[in-house]
Amino acid sequence: MSKPIELRPDETFVVNVGPQHPATHGVLRVKMRMDGEYIVEAETVIGYIHRMHEKMGELKTYPQFLMNLSRMDYLGAMGYCHGHVLCVEKAAGIEVPERAEYIRVIMVELNRIASHLFWFGAFVMDLGGFSPLMYALQDREYILDMMESVTGSRLTYCYFRFGGLYNDIDDEFIAAARRFIPRMRKSMAKYEKLVTGNVIFRKRLEGNAFLSKEVCRKYGASSAVARGSGINFDVRKNEPYSVYPEFNFDIPVFHECDSLARYNVRMAEIEQSLRIVEQALDKLPDGPIMPAKAPKIIKPNAGDYYQAVETARGSFGVRLVSDGGKTPYRLKLRSPTYSNMHLFDETCTGMMIMDALAFMGSLDLVIPEIDR
Amino acid sequence: MIAETTKKALQALFPEPAAAVEEIPASPETEEADKAPKKEAGPRPNGVIERDYAVHGYHLDAQVAVDQLIDAVNIVDQNEFFIETITGVDWIKEGEFEVIYDFSRYDFEVCRVVIRTRVPRDNPQVPTITGIYAGANWHERETHDFFGIKFEGHPHLIPLLLPEDADFHPLRKDFKP
Repeated sequence: MSKPIELRPDETFVVNVGPQHPATHGVLRVKMRMDGEYIVEAETVIGYIHRMHEKMGELKTYPQFLMNLSRMDYLGAMGYCHGHVLCVEKAAGIEVPERAEYIRVIMVELNRIASHLFWFGAFVMDLGGFSPLMYALQDREYILDMMESVTGSRLTYCYFRFGGLYNDIDDEFIAAARRFIPRMRKSMAKYEKLVTGNVIFRKRLEGNAFLSKEVCRKYGASSAVARGSGINFDVRKNEPYSVYPEFNFDIPVFHECDSLARYNVRMAEIEQSLRIVEQALDKLPDGPIMPAKAPKIIKPNAGDYYQAVETARGSFGVRLVSDGGKTPYRLKLRSPTYSNMHLFDETCTGMMIMDALAFMGSLDLVIPEIDR
Repeated sequence: MIAETTKKALQALFPEPAAAVEEIPASPETEEADKAPKKEAGPRPNGVIERDYAVHGYHLDAQVAVDQLIDAVNIVDQNEFFIETITGVDWIKEGEFEVIYDFSRYDFEVCRVVIRTRVPRDNPQVPTITGIYAGANWHERETHDFFGIKFEGHPHLIPLLLPEDADFHPLRKDFKP
């Protein structure tokens, strides 16, 4: 007969979370050395779906690379496309018509709402509540239908072109967007009642995973991770690009530094995005969506260029090194979740494993975007 | 304001020739003029250059020698910048790798600082900055994966994005897939 296993009091063991685990939302693996239920040490292992987008960027011409960007982050693809086209337009000196820039902002903000909705549903599901995901997906579906009618795809858009857009929006889209705004506000009130005010939910997240400002700075965190730690940082306000200075919106900042603060930031951001869409629809100018003389072959001037944008997941940066040729000499994609995920190892040390998984959910991970 | 302070602090790293370096970017503002001296001057001397933000998307561009890197990053850290990213560029014709460090700020005084350093291609070694910015860890591992640049003193320099047994460096220009 075999003896029962006895653990010595100081003995630790290793738990692998992932690479196939529902809580990691993709192929992410965290090697955790455990002391009972407490994490002694964690090491995140990434790269399971690494596709070397940066090498593809060097091999393909600029227009050929357009569609790669939306494959990076399948939930908030528009923001990434926006950063890329803005960087190349800056480098090649291409003027963008005002109407195109307005439509871009509308699309990016709608996509941000869709991304936050999905995160909201998935996050609450991580914590054990299933039904909010269904409500969130219902609202998100509305956005995806709207965007499909214009862009032709539901997730991996290839809608932006250098200098403008592939397709103009029609009255039907505008009407649908106007109908969507009050509908979404109503839903937000529902989520407030259903989830945000829920005592169990709040107790679970309050004080969970304290992230100081200093840790955020050392790791380069952005998005709700930084803003939930009292850092008033949003590229749309700090480094205004596109037509964002024309809109009136706030950056929600919470100072509690815990998972609930990160949750609150994202929920408040949905309302701000709605405000931007509302104003953009009101102000939408007439005119062309592509410049009259859009260059067929893109050849930026030699030099290096950097462009940062605020995507749903944080500050996304494109560093383009050009030698004046048809393909980039080097194209670096700085993905925000890469930095946000990096601080997980340090922060989760000493936490209980279930709290660490709640913390992981609050980071809003999209793995293809980390691995690139 | 912060751009000035940081610039002065970074310039202190280059005791004598800094004044000479500065004359190159002083006059050119337009794009043509900006790239013209680059091509003719050949390898760029070390020093701090103020860039036109509207054109390049960053404010300060400091090229430092490898042994000055830690000092330069320390200055950036003391001025409360956060680390944006680290990356490399393979300048195969010149036989050099360039390692680029991007820094930015959380407050409303927009200032992006780029610190770059060049190492020979046959023996690429750069000191690690993980002691200053803990978040540099993954960025340095990624740069090691893609270019084979060794970060001396890095605590855990094993493949991050590439497979664990990878012995190739895909972003080198002589890499054949």
